Amino acid sequence: MKRKMVQIITTLITNSNFKGFTEGKIYRGNIKKVCVPGLNCYSCPGALGSCPIGSLQAVISSIKYEFSFYIVGILLLLGTLFGRFICGWLCPFGLFQELLNKIPSPKFKVSKKFQHLKYVKYIILVVFVFLLPMFFVNDIGLGDPAFCKYICPAGTLEGGIPLVLSNDSLKSAIGYLFAWKMALLVISIILSIILFRPFCRFICPLGAIYALFNPISLYRLEVDQHKCTSCRLCSNKCKLDIDVYKNPNSLECIRCGECVSICPQHAIKSAITHSNKHNI
Amino acid sequence: MENRIRRLLLLCGILFISTGIYRKEVGTVFIKAINICLECIGVG
Repeated sequence: MKRKMVQIITTLITNSNFKGFTEGKIYRGNIKKVCVPGLNCYSCPGALGSCPIGSLQAVISSIKYEFSFYIVGILLLLGTLFGRFICGWLCPFGLFQELLNKIPSPKFKVSKKFQHLKYVKYIILVVFVFLLPMFFVNDIGLGDPAFCKYICPAGTLEGGIPLVLSNDSLKSAIGYLFAWKMALLVISIILSIILFRPFCRFICPLGAIYALFNPISLYRLEVDQHKCTSCRLCSNKCKLDIDVYKNPNSLECIRCGECVSICPQHAIKSAITHSNKHNI
Repeated sequence: MENRIRRLLLLCGILFISTGIYRKEVGTVFIKAINICLECIGVG
């Protein structure tokens, strides 16, 4: 409940340009120079900040630069401090998927056979966020934000739908690409109802970046092996199918904290670590 | 060891952000962010 409140408040704060939704325009103030931590399209009429993945592609695909020190620096800082805590607590699209997952329906776990799909998000990160914007350029050297253009359902949900609904000139410009992206959004919505956070687990390049920081991030989970009885309650409770008692800082862990509250021995703690001497 | 890596990454992060600001990357981000990104919303 506490986490849900944080997610809702973060989503509202980072998307509080409410008049943008009625006017069909986006915020154009100075806060847009700064990235928000989660996946939040900067073409959302409510967005006050920039999307880190969109910004990364914008700089890489520009004529002037081939690498973005600014955005990579921001991601290094956020990742080192929080890791995938950002996915679990601060990402609007993560909240959207979790709310969809609350719709009553049969729920499925990802079977072992499909576990390797978690690596798809790393391929998407390398190919669509770095390589295509960098090398697939037009005659003047300008690339496309390939992930935003061809994959990102958050852009369709937060930017595409509200802008097309409230802006007649955009409505008249929609075509096959919009249909493709709407189809991806619908697939994401259906999968989110039956699976827990499918986009975060298999597709999200921002999650892939933060995941790499999970084992060393300042915010982390610790298991006290003296208290742990390996009862597997934490593993059974984990919606991301992580064996928490074996690997509390798994790359897939979004720090939802459900394992912490379910542990009868209070062996799992979430902590901000300054030293690793107490880590098991 | 973990602490060292963490400190190094934090330092790199600060250095990278400073380098990005010095290279005026913020302007590129800003211009992209204040104009509707047609590709992002599936129109362009």
